[in-house]
Amino acid sequence: MTTEQALYKYCLRLGDNALIQSYRLSEWCSNAPILEEDLALTNFALDMIGRAQLLLTYAAAVEGMGKTDDDLAYRRGERQFMNTLITELPNGDFAYTMTRLFFTSVYEYYYFTELQNSADDTLKAIAAKTLKEVKYHKAHATDWMLRLGGGTEESNKRAQTAINALWIYTGELFETDRTEALLQDMNIAVDMPPVKAKWNTYVQEVLLEAGLSVPAVDYMQTGGRNGVHTENLGHILSEMQYLQRAYPDATW
Amino acid sequence: MDVLEKTDSIQAEMLRHFEEKIERGDAIEPRDKMPDAYRKHLIRQMSQHAHSEVIGMQPEGNWITRAPSLRAKQILLAKIQDEGGHGLYLYSAAETLGVSREELIGQLHSGKAKYSNIFNYPALTWADIGAIGWLVDGAAIVNQVSLQRTSYGPYSRAMVRICKEESFHQRQGYEIMSKMMQGTKDQQEMAQDAMNRWWWPSLMMFGPHDSESPHTGDAVKWKIKRHSNDELRQKFIDKTVQQAEVIGLTIPDAELKWNEAKGHYDHGPIDWNEFYRVIGGNGPCNRQRMEHHKRVHAEGAWVREAAEAYRLRKEKELLHL
Amino acid sequence: MATDSQLAIWEVFMQAKPGANYIHAGSVHASDKKMALQNARDTYTRRGEGTSIWVVPSDAIVASNPDDNDMLFDPANDKVYRHPTFYVMPEGAKAI
Repeated sequence: MTTEQALYKYCLRLGDNALIQSYRLSEWCSNAPILEEDLALTNFALDMIGRAQLLLTYAAAVEGMGKTDDDLAYRRGERQFMNTLITELPNGDFAYTMTRLFFTSVYEYYYFTELQNSADDTLKAIAAKTLKEVKYHKAHATDWMLRLGGGTEESNKRAQTAINALWIYTGELFETDRTEALLQDMNIAVDMPPVKAKWNTYVQEVLLEAGLSVPAVDYMQTGGRNGVHTENLGHILSEMQYLQRAYPDATW
Repeated sequence: MDVLEKTDSIQAEMLRHFEEKIERGDAIEPRDKMPDAYRKHLIRQMSQHAHSEVIGMQPEGNWITRAPSLRAKQILLAKIQDEGGHGLYLYSAAETLGVSREELIGQLHSGKAKYSNIFNYPALTWADIGAIGWLVDGAAIVNQVSLQRTSYGPYSRAMVRICKEESFHQRQGYEIMSKMMQGTKDQQEMAQDAMNRWWWPSLMMFGPHDSESPHTGDAVKWKIKRHSNDELRQKFIDKTVQQAEVIGLTIPDAELKWNEAKGHYDHGPIDWNEFYRVIGGNGPCNRQRMEHHKRVHAEGAWVREAAEAYRLRKEKELLHL
Repeated sequence: MATDSQLAIWEVFMQAKPGANYIHAGSVHASDKKMALQNARDTYTRRGEGTSIWVVPSDAIVASNPDDNDMLFDPANDKVYRHPTFYVMPEGAKAI
């Protein structure tokens, strides 16, 4: 694997995470529990589309085939998407969506904090911009975890159900393989163990305060980062890519 | 003078004072004395306007996940979010009159409060997103610009903010239509089809002809409404016809023609039977829109309860520290 | 507490740039302070309108009664000596 190939894949993994998360959050538009929260979730989706554009544009540049961010978003198939599985799971109820946002935004906060030190100038700049956004997502999601955990019996139960269902998808967030190893040697990619340690500490502290607990599980789901997804991704793509696929000659 | 006459004369004095203020062009503020009919008219109009913004999120929301490019998705999402925000500003303005958002939503769900008829039509193709932005928002803006000078202060301030933010909405729709008209044959047909379906309902957005409009009288005298339905409709037609011609779209009205003497376009008759049928609840999407709103409201109840319960718990903890 | 609540009303004040006055922007609904601040941010700064936000529970605001306007505000109308233009500066003196 060349550096370019590794960097391409690395950017796709980051870009696809943003793209698929934005897809799920945008589904909340006109469906949130209160109008104010509708605006908040849409803001997060917009942040993530912006991040996906930057990362996919960079991926396309690294690939050097003259493609655009849209080519990568709308013309790749299920097996070519590199997002983590947790991002593609259906929204479920508000507790499920908020718990997922809690897990991913805390992860992204520590992740992009580290990526700010990347030897790659483009990734460094993207990380600095993204960090401001995910810091806010993390604050918003944290406050909601405390409200749901410490709210009513029902909200506590719903949040705990979501944590139990989502926990097995959190392991994949911290995986590394040859792609990252190669880039870590060049100080481009993030070193994962410190991110994982900080994530664990923060998540445990908040859940404890919220009266929620971490389930005891001994295995984690994996596959998305290498293009082996849940059945959900195919449905996302068939909806997202519909116009581009149905009218391949058209520009919009 | 008996008590009743005395009350009457106080009432008359209040009304005279109020109408003088309106006459001078002063804004009416929440704590000012105002006739009951003025307050009622405002609540009805502002809440209908707020509900329209919120219900209007649904037809466009139908296309968010299918927007054909990242840029298109970003713009559409930002636009729909604005509409939610505008609903929020208008609920806020209505709340200054002492009616709660709970009550307003309750009136929407019971059918007592209406929302704009236009959102009872379906958004079938991507070109409909263009047509909604261009025609529906274009019509709404004509009305909103006129309402920036409405007499009730909080309403007028909300409209100023809304107009500032909405200026990109109509352009977004027109850009979609224009791109499609420059595109493939399929795209051009899609755009013309959307135009054909949205033109007449857009004209109906301004409401019945002035001769038929039941609410116009006091609303104009009290400067809640600054222009009549027909004036606004004419303004919309005059500016839209030219935009359609530039990109090669045909207006689906054989009788449409420029009237040199009047300096306006004449148009064919509007099908008011359709208008009243849709208002009466039998448009293509009336039931769907209301069911969606009710479902979301019901599904969110446990979240709002949890937030309140959490606040109460925290307040209790503070007391016992 | 009503069985269905849309949460309490908070008034939002925005500062457009550092050093400027805070100006009333509108209101939001929220159950607590943090939510009020976040909701104000997500509602009223979508176009980068602000550098700082205040939120105040709506029922904490005390407003003057328009009936008292004559007593509250008219007496200030004839205090022209409070304005610098009331005073005649000697010829040739520079303003501070």
